[in-house]
Amino acid sequence: MLAKRIIPCLDIKNGRTVKGVNFVNLIDAGNPVELAKRYAEKGADELVFLDISATQEGRQTTLTMVHDVAEQLNIPFTVGGGINSVNDVEALLKNGADKISINSSAVRNPNLIADIARQFGSQCVVVAMDAKCINNEWIIHLAGGTIPTRKELFHWAKEVELLGAGEILFTSMNHDGTKNGFANEALSQLSKTVNIPIIASGGAGTIQHFVDAFHIGKADAALAASVFHFEDIEIADLKQVLSTNNIEVRL
Amino acid sequence: MKLVILDYGAGNVKSVQFACKRLGFDAVISNNAEVLKRADKVIFPGVGEASSAMKKLKGKQLDHVIKNLEQPVLGICLGMQLMCRYTEEGTTQGLGIFDVSVKKFAPTVKVPHIGWNTISGLKTSLFKGVSEASYVYLVHSFYAEKSNETTALTTYGVDYSSALQKANFFGVQFHPEKSGDVGELILNNFLTL
Repeated sequence: MLAKRIIPCLDIKNGRTVKGVNFVNLIDAGNPVELAKRYAEKGADELVFLDISATQEGRQTTLTMVHDVAEQLNIPFTVGGGINSVNDVEALLKNGADKISINSSAVRNPNLIADIARQFGSQCVVVAMDAKCINNEWIIHLAGGTIPTRKELFHWAKEVELLGAGEILFTSMNHDGTKNGFANEALSQLSKTVNIPIIASGGAGTIQHFVDAFHIGKADAALAASVFHFEDIEIADLKQVLSTNNIEVRL
Repeated sequence: MKLVILDYGAGNVKSVQFACKRLGFDAVISNNAEVLKRADKVIFPGVGEASSAMKKLKGKQLDHVIKNLEQPVLGICLGMQLMCRYTEEGTTQGLGIFDVSVKKFAPTVKVPHIGWNTISGLKTSLFKGVSEASYVYLVHSFYAEKSNETTALTTYGVDYSSALQKANFFGVQFHPEKSGDVGELILNNFLTL
């Protein structure tokens, strides 16, 4: 049976991992290659790197980082952040990224999804959506949730599916950072709306939150950052509990 | 050993090359017919859309070259699908090495099939030391039907061939280069055949 995936997310700036990662015995917590390998050993099914570099030089360093990670890592990884064109995608894939994730550039130019899918296949196109629930409507936001758009989550999800997206990474801005659990109701509605895999993001605080994201939210994968980076939750323990809750995982 | 990874402009050859390197094998990336013919082993990867990938192969007259190779050949993902007789993706005639059709998953399951799934009914030396129901990483929307050339089965809505073999030709639907320790074991089995 297809296993539910656990995906740690790492922020990258100028080719280095940022946000305090707190692993014991890790010589250089800012080294993305070392961190990626450590996560693979811990049982992560996939990794997401989010490039938050603000400059062109920073992005260039990311390409080198992608190459170095691909050289060492034996599980798949996605790179997102600052991707605006088919050329950007090509550079990342050529350096060894398995998938790319686009967010605001897809909102600004939805055809970018179709262009990437046509050239490289739907399997490498993840569309990330940051949405905030306002008056019972899930509104897509840009720039880390600061800029509202006119797009509504479920319509946008349907649209990206038709354009050729291979997966949707849905972050609830209402839940992100709260450690109060994922947006399970919206997740399950999203799963009913489209027939492509959904990655849940935003709100992970406890192991039970992951159980709920899969049972109630019907998510195909769950992504989190700080609970893994600070070792609040060990992936091995998490997967053990998921398994005893009859959720298929790769142990 | 001369190991060649076929690069015909469809997919990420780098990851495969890196994985071989991690196992201690240096691979040459090439689309040159002579280089392919002289190789001891050939890896035939592929990601993307079948009809355009097949066109690229034909454009370089590599379709005949691949079919006539006598050394061990490993097709990965789309590479394996193109080794089949026919694929529904872009109604494409394949190389016909495996007498198998490739079909689109029915919408009763989410498509693409993305993630870690199990392989079972393992046959042949490619799976030496690999436990039944091991997890491997897969990303695909089309699947090869079950046949008497099947050497591993995976279930996703249907039971399908996640590996095929005929004579010197091996095919795997999953990505051994992205399937953790299990994938490395399988790739190593091929490289040390």
